[in-house]
Amino acid sequence: MKGFKKLIALTLALASLSSVAVGCSQSGTSSTASASKAPAASTGKASSGEIYYLNFKPEIADVYQKISDAYKQETGVTLKVETAAAGTYEQTLKSAMAKADAPVLFQINGPKGYINWKDYCADLKDTELYKHLTDKTMAVTDGDGVYGIPYVVEGYGIIYNNAIMQKYFALSGAKAKSMDEINNFAKLKEVAEDMTAKKGQLGIKGVFSSTSLKHGEDWRWQTHLANLPVYYEFKDNKIDLKSDATKEVKFQYADNFKNIFDLYLKNSVTVPKMLGSKSVDDSMAEFALGQSAMVQNGNWAWSQISGVDGNVVKESDIKFLPIYTGMKDEEKQSICIGTENFFAINKKAPADQQKLAADFINWLYTSDKGKAFVTNDLKFIAPFDTFKDNEKPTDPLAKEVIRYMSDTKLTNVPWNFTVFPSQTFKDNFGAALLQYAQGTKQWNDVTKQFVEQWKSESGK
Amino acid sequence: MQKTLKKYFAFFTLPTVLAFITVFLIPFVFGVYLSFTKFNTVNDAQWVGFSNYIRAFTEDRDFLNALFFTVKFAIVSVVLINVFAFMLALLLTRKIRGTNVFRTVFFMPDLIGGIVLGYIWQLIINGFLAAFNVDITFSATYGYWGLMILMNWQLIGYMMIIYIAGIQNIPPELIEAAEIDGANSWQVLKSVTVPMVMPSITICTFLTLTNSFKLFDQNLALTAGAPGKESAMLAMDIFNTFYGRQGYEGVGQAKAVVFFIIVALIAYLHLRLTRSKEVEN
Repeated sequence: MKGFKKLIALTLALASLSSVAVGCSQSGTSSTASASKAPAASTGKASSGEIYYLNFKPEIADVYQKISDAYKQETGVTLKVETAAAGTYEQTLKSAMAKADAPVLFQINGPKGYINWKDYCADLKDTELYKHLTDKTMAVTDGDGVYGIPYVVEGYGIIYNNAIMQKYFALSGAKAKSMDEINNFAKLKEVAEDMTAKKGQLGIKGVFSSTSLKHGEDWRWQTHLANLPVYYEFKDNKIDLKSDATKEVKFQYADNFKNIFDLYLKNSVTVPKMLGSKSVDDSMAEFALGQSAMVQNGNWAWSQISGVDGNVVKESDIKFLPIYTGMKDEEKQSICIGTENFFAINKKAPADQQKLAADFINWLYTSDKGKAFVTNDLKFIAPFDTFKDNEKPTDPLAKEVIRYMSDTKLTNVPWNFTVFPSQTFKDNFGAALLQYAQGTKQWNDVTKQFVEQWKSESGK
Repeated sequence: MQKTLKKYFAFFTLPTVLAFITVFLIPFVFGVYLSFTKFNTVNDAQWVGFSNYIRAFTEDRDFLNALFFTVKFAIVSVVLINVFAFMLALLLTRKIRGTNVFRTVFFMPDLIGGIVLGYIWQLIINGFLAAFNVDITFSATYGYWGLMILMNWQLIGYMMIIYIAGIQNIPPELIEAAEIDGANSWQVLKSVTVPMVMPSITICTFLTLTNSFKLFDQNLALTAGAPGKESAMLAMDIFNTFYGRQGYEGVGQAKAVVFFIIVALIAYLHLRLTRSKEVEN
């Protein structure tokens, strides 16, 4: 009898369990059913359907809501936008792609991202948008195929506050009289050190904002700054970025990295041993409050600077300076311009949905309405020939990027960090930089780690 | 009565059993299965055997370092927390004025979440270290003692309450008898109080031990492993492996299984050891 009771209990448990499982599979089929219903309806003239877009940039999530409404009104197609929280895009994409109803439009962060998502990236060679791409070399390609279309161009360098610089130039015994004279590392160093000596007169706490080396806040150094020596190394050794030759580096310009990094550390608002708890926000706030004259960051930083309470930096005073590291002929070097944002379309999605996604991105970057969103709301510098000169964003740093891009005398530094082996490599390098700043790690060990981990992380 | 209970056993336990199966047993079994596979999304797992376990220990020293750090932390924190909590409990069962206020105050830190506590203590500790021109990321020793202070601050009050309950349950006549026999207060403590609160000691050491091993929020908020990964504990290393690296999901899962076995083993040994020391009331 007792055994029988147990049996009943077990059966009941299993029965309810299986009903849960059945429930799941039913909802699964129903969602695919509704998805496959969409194309049937869209055979009419005005297509109605849904595009599921997984957005990378949290700061523009609200704008996409507006775009979605406008697009729905114009074409009847629903644009469903989901945004991953900052720093969690790969995680979110990983779980979203596992769903039956996976994103159709998503983004990859360059050649490395493409390798991870190879099985999901459709060939975009024949899309309308690709034809409008100004610089075809910017796209993520593999053989003949095009798998990622860049949708924004960004630039970074040393942002400086011209008001403080002019104040310095006016001092007697200033090492330079105008920004034009600062066009190499030696001069930058001379000026920065002299400014540090006179920081009382200038009313600043340090020339450079804090070198934020807190875990997760160190990308300006372990990624952006490290791009320069790596760029020169690849360029000098004529390495094809798409080949396996990028799997090893010598870090031959490590000393150049050290030059500028030491300059940042020694002429900073904060003493080096305290940098482990500084965030990017901290250092942008220092710049905005006029405590520092320079900060390394990109054109996306303007909204951050202008948003700081008590911001004293005027729109007309904020400018870019290229990051000089003591390379030969660096007078001709420009700021770093590129992107790590590429549109990709999910190959595994139904064909008609892929078409809808391609139509949408084309609309966004070629129609007047879409372009207005891109310029005024997303504030993107778009890399497409459909944008005329008066259709470019007007914030001061974006204008600076455009100015540097169109300066034919200077050579832009591309964003080669898209071939850095992995996030773990970058994180470990950042941690080593912090230990170097704190004086607990020798520079030799830092460079050794850079070379070794580049190789070991590339092998995976 | 017994019979009725038996009759409705299945009926009354079913909801709990179901919940246990769906939210614990199935994920657990699935998790163990995943530790033997290579996967990107959980749908496309491929069987790889024990290679994840081998990779967890051989590919880098992160896991072993974290294990060592955690063991070091757990031993010291179990001792410190229980000694302090017991001392406080003794003090606050002496009918001094304001006992209840003190009990409440000491218990309060336990009501605050680990992440919040971590950030608060980070501010305090960095503020203190700023006088020496360094911060908590400077050395793993700072992180270690920072975590220790945080854990003590958070758990002492909770353990204290358990000890107070234990001490209050000691029959007064036992202590009285001991005193009449001429025992001094140290002898009373050693031969009457401690043996009588042994069940509380079992619970408290068990709770502190498992809590120290599973520590995550506080670790993440206070140091996030800095410098490098030197102050990362087991749970954090597992999290970083699983979420931080492409192609390491299975390895993270394998580490989690090893972690489970370690904690379960320690808890089991500990219970056997302390249970044997408890006295019947």
